[in-house]
Amino acid sequence: MWEWVWEGLRTGIVTTSYPAREETASGVSPGFPTGLPGTFAEALEAGAAASCCPTGALVPEGQQVVFREPRCVHCYRCLRQTETPLAWQWQGNYEWAATPGPRTELTEKFGKSFRRSLHLRVLDAGACGACLSEIEQLNKPYYNMHRLGFFITPTPRDADVLLVAGPMTEHMRQPLLAAYEAMPAPKAVLALGACAIFGGVFGTSFASLGGVANLIPVDLLVPGCPPPPLAILHALLALVGRVEPAVCEPAASSPGGERGD
Amino acid sequence: MAQGLSKNYRQLDLAEAIAKRWHWQVNVSFDTALSQCYVECDRRQLLELCRWLIYDMDYSFGSLIVEENGMEWLLRYVFYGESNSDQVHLGLSLDKAETSVPSISPIIHAADWQEREAWDLFGLRFTGHPRLIDIVRHEEWPLEFYPLRKDFDASQPAFHPPVERPFQPYHVVQAPGAFLMPIGPVFSDAAESALFLLESVGEDVVRVWPRFFYKFRGVEKIAEGQAVDRVLLLAERFAGTSAFAHSLAFCQAVEAVCRVELPSRAQALRIVFAELERFRHHVAAIAGICNSTALAVATSQAGILEEEALRLSGTLTGHRYLFGLNRLGGVTLDLNDRQCQDLSTGVQAIFQKLARLYDLLRYSSSFLDRLEEVGMVTRAQARNYGLVGPIARASGLARDLRQVLPYALYGEISFEVPKEEEGDGYARLRVLFREAEQSARILQKLLSFLPPGEIAARHVTLTPGAALGWAEAPRGATFHWVRIDEQGRIRRYRLTTPSFTNWHGFHFAAEDFAYQDFPIIMASFGLSNAECDR
Repeated sequence: MWEWVWEGLRTGIVTTSYPAREETASGVSPGFPTGLPGTFAEALEAGAAASCCPTGALVPEGQQVVFREPRCVHCYRCLRQTETPLAWQWQGNYEWAATPGPRTELTEKFGKSFRRSLHLRVLDAGACGACLSEIEQLNKPYYNMHRLGFFITPTPRDADVLLVAGPMTEHMRQPLLAAYEAMPAPKAVLALGACAIFGGVFGTSFASLGGVANLIPVDLLVPGCPPPPLAILHALLALVGRVEPAVCEPAASSPGGERGD
Repeated sequence: MAQGLSKNYRQLDLAEAIAKRWHWQVNVSFDTALSQCYVECDRRQLLELCRWLIYDMDYSFGSLIVEENGMEWLLRYVFYGESNSDQVHLGLSLDKAETSVPSISPIIHAADWQEREAWDLFGLRFTGHPRLIDIVRHEEWPLEFYPLRKDFDASQPAFHPPVERPFQPYHVVQAPGAFLMPIGPVFSDAAESALFLLESVGEDVVRVWPRFFYKFRGVEKIAEGQAVDRVLLLAERFAGTSAFAHSLAFCQAVEAVCRVELPSRAQALRIVFAELERFRHHVAAIAGICNSTALAVATSQAGILEEEALRLSGTLTGHRYLFGLNRLGGVTLDLNDRQCQDLSTGVQAIFQKLARLYDLLRYSSSFLDRLEEVGMVTRAQARNYGLVGPIARASGLARDLRQVLPYALYGEISFEVPKEEEGDGYARLRVLFREAEQSARILQKLLSFLPPGEIAARHVTLTPGAALGWAEAPRGATFHWVRIDEQGRIRRYRLTTPSFTNWHGFHFAAEDFAYQDFPIIMASFGLSNAECDR
């Protein structure tokens, strides 16, 4: 047994110093394209530059190409499969959490009362597994979210926040509603990843509702496919009012409605 | 040359043997390019052929593919054997009005769930099936509603009548003190959605009823009518923890349809990414096993290694889960010499730490007590249920698609397929560890001299047709059947995944063990419900 103690001590502390300091290690984020909105000489060119995006994250608006973070699934087609590739940024790029509309009084209040201790219930509504794997990393030494007062709880009755991943499958509709109703008020819902935000690559179909906002109100969006652990940490900090989240356009987060091809 | 000739003879032998045995009543054709023997049979010969392939020829059942083609149903049964034997596809066509099909499940138990799936989604009634009940569709769906038929519009949310009778578990065990304990669909910390009904009398779990498809996103259906490039995203992202392997199988299917020749660098890079994914997956699976036994330091140590593998993947490919790397005809990303070196040393460094962790685990008796002789799957059970991947290899069945149906450059590199005989949790842990070791070795060898050249074929012209693609995903064999129509869009996409195949045999492992072993058995199986449910 002593070997284990020794092994633990020998390894030392690997935990990130985020949010006190920016995390500079490479490979902690799948990144996003940079330099957007980009301006083109003609509207036609802007349209061509945006056409490589399969999920509508790049949108032509006149001569500009605008980037909608919540819709990006990191397929890198704008980086690797076009003649004029966009620049892409990985380093220090993970603070992505955004509110689907302006911050309300309720969310402010929610933040204050849970500043030091927040209990989360993770709900898998058809996630591919990568989102869930990233959530699991939060519990492991590199991210160790307990140090910030975030805890995962196995029951929704103890939970303050519902973390929903996946495109909201029809079969998870009843279990999700049951879990949501079992949570005590005040409660918040986080849509985790492109699927939970707008259905992701699965979209709206006979089997999935295309985003959790189609079923229950969502307080915060965490873009990314999957959102890296630091992005989830940022979202949780934003929820309790320790950092300020961005506000995204309603159009960017509007769930469902298209299959994308 | 001599080898090529003898291979051709062998292929003809198989085709002729089948034709002779069935007195030339079946139509046998051979595709030498794809090494596939296609046997067109009718319902009388189907069962005999299945029996002959499984019991006399020692073939494994791969997949059941149902297609709706104009006025008929086309059923294709895929079989594969040992190294150097060819795939055999049995084809059965039936009139559209006919919805009863002879079931092969009494002969091949591995086909059980696949036939139930076809019943659920197409409404084909398999006569002689021991238990033809719902598997995919839950009680929310109306009766007489078959979403995979061509006349069903999948783009709109389907109408769901109010559920009259909520799901009632079957309570089978009748004894004093017997009770049924439901676990799920929302359970544990960050577990994937599924429902497990455990029946017990006292401490031991005597029967396990798993219920899946809570995560059913209908990938096979929503792929229909979409562009190939778009479906590649679906193939990659329906199971995020084995994304590269599935996108690889999909790309290989499309490349087989369009007869695309890949540059050897593209093929080598595909192996690099596939093995990196396997390595990362196995490290994560080992972390899961440590976590299930509540060995805190080991869990932390393995968690550190998992994150390091994720960061290594992220640093070198841009994405921590290797998304966005495959494209039709090759890969999207090249690695320069420096990156090859970094990847090789990075993987070696993680493996060294993993080996150290494994040595500590091997001598921790409290840990071994939880794994040894727990969650047993015997060789016969694994064979009957057609189990694949590390789980089958821990039960003495070493059929690995990288060896028996080599793809990419796997035929040209040497590696070992680890095999253990015990079939318990510890054997599965050892297989995971040894496979991670093999992956690290393959990476080291391959990265020291990647063949030069392009990373993707110059032109890929989409042509109509259908083909099977396959890959040995981290959890085992996966088969992707792709049919492309005249407009270059997907007409049918059929996925057979290792998690689907292996969950079928899970109850063997979980039955007759104590309650507290259940999470450990689950972790030692390490399956993905996203991959199962599609």
